[in-house]
Formats: sequence, C-alpha cells, structure tokens
Amino acid sequence: MKRLLLFIPLLLAVGLGVVLFAGIGKDKSALESALIDKPMPEFELASLQNPDQRYRSDVFEQKVVLLNVWGTWCPSCRVEHPDLVRLARDEGVPIYGLNYKDNRDAALQWLDELGNPYELVLFDPQGKLGFDLGVYGAPETYIIDSKGIVRFRHVGVVDNELWETELEPRIRELREDS
Amino acid sequence: MRPLILVILLCVVGTVQASTESYPLASDADRERFQELTKELRCPKCQNQSIADSNAPIASDMREAVHKLVQEGQSNEDIMLAMTSRFGEFVRYRPELDPRTFLLWFTPLIVIVLGLIAVAIVVIRSRRNATSEPVLTEDERSKVDAMLAQVDDPDAPDNGR
Repeated sequence: MKRLLLFIPLLLAVGLGVVLFAGIGKDKSALESALIDKPMPEFELASLQNPDQRYRSDVFEQKVVLLNVWGTWCPSCRVEHPDLVRLARDEGVPIYGLNYKDNRDAALQWLDELGNPYELVLFDPQGKLGFDLGVYGAPETYIIDSKGIVRFRHVGVVDNELWETELEPRIRELREDS
Repeated sequence: MRPLILVILLCVVGTVQASTESYPLASDADRERFQELTKELRCPKCQNQSIADSNAPIASDMREAVHKLVQEGQSNEDIMLAMTSRFGEFVRYRPELDPRTFLLWFTPLIVIVLGLIAVAIVVIRSRRNATSEPVLTEDERSKVDAMLAQVDDPDAPDNGR
C-alpha cells in the first residue's frame, strides 16, 4: 500500500504533462466568439459598390453564408483572398464581405485587381458592425445560418484545409437543417 | 537606487495621465469609473494588456465605447455586459463566477485545502508512531539499564568486554 503511494508524484507529473502537451500548438490568440448561436447584431450599412444601396441585418435571413471581415490594410487578407475567390467559384458557397475600417476607393481597387468573391460587400468604415460582432482583428470569417444566427467564427486566414475541416461540414449540416 | 525608483514612478504617472487626457469626462467620479473600467477590461488582440494600456486599434475602439457609455451614465455592470456580450467573458480580468470559470476561481483554494489535508495526515501519522510503538523491547531495555548502571559506577565488573 505504502509503495503504491510512492507513485502519486509520478501520476501527478504525467497528468501535468498531458495537460501541458495538449496546449502545445494551440492558437491562444483565437478566441471563441461571444455571439455564437446569437442573431447578427442590428445594423444599417451601405454597399461598398453602391453608396445608395443600404442593407440591414435581414439581408442575412435568406441562406447560409460565409461572412468575411476584411480590409485593404490587412496583409493576411491578401493571403486568403485567392482562396476566397476559389471557394466562391468552385464550391458555390455564398460569401458576404464586411469591408472593415477601410477606404472605399482602395477597397474597390482591391476587388478589381484580385477578383471579387463576394455576393455583396457591406461598407463599414467606422467599424461599427465590426465592433458589435466582436471583431478584434481582420481577417475573421463567420458562418451565418439562414435565420441570421451566428454559428461559427474563425479568426485568421481561410485556406483550403480550414474549408475542408471546419467550414464545409458545418455549412452542409446547417443547410440540411433548414 | 533612488533615481531608479523615481524613473519607474515617472513611467507609471505618464501612462495614467495619457489615458485620461484624451477622454474628457464631466465629474471626478466618472473619470475614476473610466479608469477603473479600462483597467478591468482586457484587450482581445494583445492579450496581456488592459485596454487602458494597449495601443491596438480594437483597444482604442473599446476605450471610446466605454467613454461614451460612462458619459451616458450607464452603470459599471451595464458597461461590462456591453463588452462581454460582444467580446466574450475573456475580456474581463475577473470573469463572472459560473460553471466554466469555477476552476479558474477555486483551483488555488482547492490546492491549499489538499495541501493542508496532506500535512495533517503526515503530522497525525508521525504522532501516532511516536506514542504507540514501543521503542525498545523488554530485552533491549534491560541491556540499556545494565549499560547505564555501568556508566554510573565505573568500578563494577565489566561483563560486556
């Protein structure tokens, strides 16, 4: 019995090791969104391309979409842009853009040069909707279901692997539900 | 040593002033509230800084929002709620006590209690050993008595050697 007690420190050390090992490689900077399973915040924003066309939150109540938060000032957005273009073209997923704290001319030029994967782009120069969404760094990508409920958030670059492992399965499931 | 302390104090004073200057408020109470709230809120981008200390754009957005809400006369609880409903419980340095944060709050207490229990067990065991187990057998005791008698009386016959 006493001999077995001597193993307690070993067990504690192994336990600690397992916990710490699980933390290795985890991205600490990626936070869970506070809006998961909550409706999109209320907003009224103009389209990037057409300042007279204004959108409200009901624009999200039609189908499952990806909402991509981007800006021309954001280097990682440039990295993920070709992947977004490919997803829109090959995977047929509707992507809405939220142009965040940006300049209209620069943003339009960006879409001209790099291609436009977005069905519509909301222009949010003050970052108001971004703030209400809890955006803390672009790029961020959300899945919004057909009732306008936020279902998933990814902070950082969207690439093919993320599409296959996180985005596509969730979108498929949400489409089946609705 | 003294100049060093002065330099450190000067740095502290500098940052505190910087955070109030650009956010004018009507009363001292509000200014104090603004200070308190911006120190209590954590920047989601640069995670080891409060929004009072951080230069990240999101921290300055949050400072502005807190400033606006303080001006509107909202309570501290409402302002905290406005921030956590957007950015999550993460942005509070002292998160609300709920099942998810239970371990965060109580791990130190649990460890202390476990430590006390361990110490208590060790102490009780050693006491019990000290009192209950006879240190010498009868046989050993008589031998010791004989040795001591010899020390007391060096002229007695030496039966050991």
